[in-house]
Amino acid sequence: MACTAESVADAVRAAAAVVASHRDELVALDRAIGDGDHGENLNRGFTAVVAALDEGTPDTPAAVLKLVASTLISKVGGAAGPLYGTAFLRASAVVKDAAELGPAEVVAALEAALGGVVARGKAEVGDKTMVDALSPAVEAARSADSVSELLTAAAEAARAGAESTEPLVARKGRASYLGERSAGHVDPGARSTALILGSFAAGPVR
Amino acid sequence: MKKIINDPATVVADSLRGLELAHADLVTVVPDPAVVVRADAPVQGKVAVISGGGSGHEPMHGGLVGPGMLDAACPGPVFTSPTPDQVQAAIERTNGGAGALLIVKNYTGDVLNFETAAELAQAEDVEVATVVIDDDVAVQDSLYTAGRRGVGGTVLLEKIVGAAAERGDDLAACLALAQRVVANVRSMGMALAAPTVPHVGEPSFDLDADEMEVGIGIHGEPGRARLPAENADGIVARLLEPVLADLPFREGDRVLLFTNSMGATPLLELYLAHGIAERMLADRGIVVERRLVGPYVTSLEMQGMSLTVLKLDDELTGLWDAPVRTAALRWGS
Ligand SMILES: Nc1ncnc2c1ncn2[C@@H]1O[C@H](COP(=O)(O)OP(=O)(O)O)[C@@H](O)[C@H]1O
Ligand SMILES: [Mg+2]
Repeated sequence: MACTAESVADAVRAAAAVVASHRDELVALDRAIGDGDHGENLNRGFTAVVAALDEGTPDTPAAVLKLVASTLISKVGGAAGPLYGTAFLRASAVVKDAAELGPAEVVAALEAALGGVVARGKAEVGDKTMVDALSPAVEAARSADSVSELLTAAAEAARAGAESTEPLVARKGRASYLGERSAGHVDPGARSTALILGSFAAGPVR
Repeated sequence: MKKIINDPATVVADSLRGLELAHADLVTVVPDPAVVVRADAPVQGKVAVISGGGSGHEPMHGGLVGPGMLDAACPGPVFTSPTPDQVQAAIERTNGGAGALLIVKNYTGDVLNFETAAELAQAEDVEVATVVIDDDVAVQDSLYTAGRRGVGGTVLLEKIVGAAAERGDDLAACLALAQRVVANVRSMGMALAAPTVPHVGEPSFDLDADEMEVGIGIHGEPGRARLPAENADGIVARLLEPVLADLPFREGDRVLLFTNSMGATPLLELYLAHGIAERMLADRGIVVERRLVGPYVTSLEMQGMSLTVLKLDDELTGLWDAPVRTAALRWGS
C-alpha cells in the first residue's frame, strides 16, 4: 500500500487535529522551559494549513508537502516555524513528482525532513530539541517494510525520544537560557514532533 | 486574567490599528502580512533599516519607526518572532535602492525567520545585510546555549544606525557601525513580577511575593538567579556590576546609560534607580554623557527594570543626538 496526495493531506489534517487538541499541553511545556507559545504557534500554523487544503488538495504528495511548508513558514513564527517549514519543504523536494509514496519514499522524506531541521537549527541529538524525537524516528523507520509499519515504528521512537528529553539540559533554543534549570521538563518541540508523527501513524495513511 | 483587550487572538492587530491612528503622520500599518512602515517609505537612495520581533515589547519596534530611526518594523504575535513573509513585505515597501539592514535580536526564532527572509530577498537581487544584537550579559555565551539574547541595547542600536542611514551612509557602512554598537553595548534585567501573555492567560513564571529574578529576559525567560527581593541599591548593583565587568567598562569611559522599565515599574521607581546607577558609575570614574530613561523595551506588564550601558565615542554621540521623529523617541528637527 502506498500513499497518494489525498492520503498525505489526510495525514496532515490528522496532525492538525492532534496539534489542536494538545495545544494547551504544548503551551504548558513551553511555559516551563521557554516562553509558552509553542502550542499556540503550531496550532495557528496547522489551522492555516487545513484552510489551505480546504481550498483543494494539490495533485501530488510533493505539492501537498510544499503547501504545508510554505503555510507553516508564513504562519507559525518562532523557532518552530522555519524548522517545521524547512522539514516539510525538504521532504517535498525529495519525493519529487511521485504520484504515490511507498516505504522508500516515506523514509527518504523523513530523512530529508531531519536533514532540513539540522541544517537550519544546527542541533544534535541530546541538545533537548525536536531533533531528539525526529532523529530516532528516522532511524526506526528504516527498518520497517510497509508504510503503516514504518510510521508506527517512527511514532513509537519519536514518543520515546521526546520522553528522553526530560532529564536533559537544553543546549539550543530558548530553553538553553535556563541552563541546568531546563532539566526535568520534556522539550515542547520534541513532544510536538512525537504528536505529529503519532497522528501520521494513527491516521488514515495506509 | 484581566486585560484591556477584546480577544487574545487579535490583540496585535487591534493594537496596530490604534498605533496607526495615533501616529498617522509617522507610520502606515500594513495589516497582512503585518508591517509598520515609515509613512514616507520608500526613501530613495537611503538604506532601509528594518527590525522586528515578537509583540509585547512596545514601544519597540513599531513605536521606533520614523525619520532618523527605523523604516519598518515587523511585529510578530506576542513574544513570537515574525515570519519571513512579514520581513519580505517590509523589505519590498522600504527598499529605496540602497539595500536593507535587518536588525535582529538574538533568539533562535528571530534569527531563523529573518535568515529565511534575507535568503528570499537576496534571491531577488535585493542587497540585504543582517546584524544580530546580543547584549544581555545574563546569559553565558557558550557552545551550550543559543547565545546571548538581544534586549535593551536594541533601541540604542536602532537609533544610532537609523541616524547613519538617514545621513546617507551606505549599507556596508551601516553594517559596520551596527557591529561597532553591538560590540560596545551590554545590558541586564530583573523582574519583581511576571507578565501574562494574552493567549496563555497565566503569568509566564511564578515568583513569590518576596522574591526577584535577576538576569531575566524580555520574554520572562528565567535568568541567572532567583533571590530574595532587595532594595533599590541592591538591585541596581546586581544589574550594573555584571554589565560593567563584561565589556569591561573602565574608568574614564564615556557612556550612554539607559534605564528601562519592563512595563509595570513606575517612573517614580525608575528615576530612583537611574539616580543610583548614575552615582555608581560616577564612583567608578565612568562618565555618563547621554541617558535614556523610560519604558522602551518592555515585557508586557512585567514589573522590573533593565540597565544598558553603551560605550560612546564622538561619532556615536553625534548619531545619538541626531534628529529623530518616532512615536516613542523624538528630538532635534
Ligand atoms: N536550534 C534548534 N534546532 C532544533 N530545534 C530547535 C532549535 N531551537 C529550538 N528548537 C525547537 O523549537 C521548540 C520551541 O518552539 P517555539 O516555542 O515555537 O519557538 P520559540 O522558542 O521561538 O518560542 C523547542 O522546544 C525545540 O524543540
Ligand atoms: Mg516558545
